[in-house]
This record gives sequence, structure tokens and C-alpha cells, in this order.
Amino acid sequence: MTEQNQTQLPQDKPLEIAGRVYQSGLLVGTGKYRDLAETAEAIEASGAEIVTVAVRRTNIGQNTDEPNLLDVISPDRYTILPNTAGCMNAKDAVRTCKLARELLDGHDLVKLEILGEDKTLYPNMPETLVAAEELVKDGFQVMVYCSDDPLLARRLEEIGCIAIMPLGAPIGSGLGIQNRYSIRQIIENANVPVLVDAGVGTASDATIAMELGCDGVLMNTAIAQARDPIRMARAMKLAIEAGRHAHLAGRMPRRAYASASSPIDGTFF
Amino acid sequence: MNVLLNGEPHTLSGSRTLQALIDELGLAGKRLAVEVNEDIVPRSQHHDYRLQDGDRIEIVHAIGGG
Repeated sequence: MTEQNQTQLPQDKPLEIAGRVYQSGLLVGTGKYRDLAETAEAIEASGAEIVTVAVRRTNIGQNTDEPNLLDVISPDRYTILPNTAGCMNAKDAVRTCKLARELLDGHDLVKLEILGEDKTLYPNMPETLVAAEELVKDGFQVMVYCSDDPLLARRLEEIGCIAIMPLGAPIGSGLGIQNRYSIRQIIENANVPVLVDAGVGTASDATIAMELGCDGVLMNTAIAQARDPIRMARAMKLAIEAGRHAHLAGRMPRRAYASASSPIDGTFF
Repeated sequence: MNVLLNGEPHTLSGSRTLQALIDELGLAGKRLAVEVNEDIVPRSQHHDYRLQDGDRIEIVHAIGGG
């Protein structure tokens, strides 16, 4: 299926994060894939330019010849976005970010994610605010996973976070965008990019997020755990584009009742 | 000399630099980051950094995550 698109549309404002311009509003994670080959292929198919990774202990004394994720997902080609996944407090998250910066030769873009509990993986906002403040002071460019509270989102922007990333539903739940009203409020208030991070289950969910006016969507499980991750990655790429176009186009008003598409004038019966 | 390496007790025969430990573990040239006692030791200092008895060393790398 190749797109034969002859129609020229006005240029869209591209997504800009930390001074870099991106063509795709799709950001993808690298967890839960079968192997590194599948990871690489899915990310290629997704067209994503920003890719999240986790920071963990090196396995000591095991298979030191094993290929490294960053050999497959090269920092020369992709913007690597290290996350603080698994951290439950500000101290661990700040430590993780510092290790990530060292790991990536001074690259200071991070995804701050501090979780509050295992069941919902909801963000721990008090700790997130503390960590955000400390990281911004230390020169990090912080993209922040957060709750969908519009006032907290505004606070994170005031602290200096460069992207606000509320959840649409719990991480890995695939429930879709459960909080359209709150996401809309966050977008209306924000002067930095807003991305839905977590909750997307299938392509239409990503489209809904973009139709709401999000600048992008970050996802992992929806692609990695699809029956065919490569094809789902492509579906997500198109879904993000479709949602963006629909947002720019402006949807028709909703009506309670029908409105005929064919005119009544000229009927011969 | 005993250190804690990635949370596990690890014995080093005699004094070591951080780089010597990294070489010994077969991790030379890998993309990794090192913390000793919760402070980052930048790559440029690995060769000169002398480990002490009781040091808590963390060696991390990037893996798949969302």
C-alpha cells in the first residue's frame, strides 16, 4: 500500500523538541519486543525519530558479546530518550537521569517518569515535581510523564519541563484515551508540546489523541504486543498522520439529528 | 579488596583502577555508565579512578523500555 498523494497541502508546523525539529509525532518505546531484530524493524516501520530506552544494570559475567540495544537503535540515527521507568521517588529518578547523560555522552534529553504504585502505574506527582525541579536546575531537558491534571501540567511547564506527557490510560493497559476533556484542557493551557504517553491500544486511539490537538503520542506496548508488531507500527504512523490532518482540518459540528448529504431541490419524485 | 558490584559482593585481587575492573569484566569499549558510591565517574576518569575497599559500584547500560 503506497500513498499516491498528489494533493499539496499547506505546510504543517513540525514538532519541535529541545531545539530539534521532527517530522513524526510518533515516539516509541523499545520494551517488550521478541528480540532486538524485531525492535529495530518495528521502529523503522513506525517512522518514529525519538525512541525511549531504559537504564539498567549491566549483566556481570554473562554474554558480554550480546548485542547492545544502542548498537541496533543507533544514537546517530535516532534521538534517544532515556526514561526513569521503575523509579518510585525523585532521588532514584535524578540518579537515573545522571547515569543516562553519562551513558549518552552528555545528551541531556530525558523522560522523567516516577510511578506511585504497581497496580495502576499512576504517576507520583509530588515526587515528579521535586525531580523535575532538580533536573531542570541541573541542565536537563525534561519531558515529563504526568497525571492529566491541567494545573499540575501548568506547574510542570513553569518549572521548565520542555514537554508535558499526560497518560491517556494506565501504562500498558491499551484502554485508549479515557480523559479527552482533561487532555484538551492541558493542550489549551500549554506553551510546550503535549504528548499522550501511555494508554494507546490501537491505531484509532492514537488518532483520537492527535485529533484532540496533541503534538505527539508516545507508545510502546500497543506496537510491541500486537500480533504483528511491524504492521501495527505502520498503522500507528498512519494513525498519527490521520489524526494530525483531522485536527488541522477541523471537524464538522456534531448534530443531534440527520442532515441529508444530497439536495432535496431537483428531485423528480 | 571487597566491593559491591551491581548489588553483588565482588572480590578484587589487590588495588584496581575502575578501567581495570571494566576490562576484567569484558566490558571494555561497551556503551555504559558507571557510578561509585552514587556519584557518576565520567568515562574520561575511568583510567585514573582508584577503587577503594567497600566501594559500591554500579555499571549500567541501555535496554528496551517505554
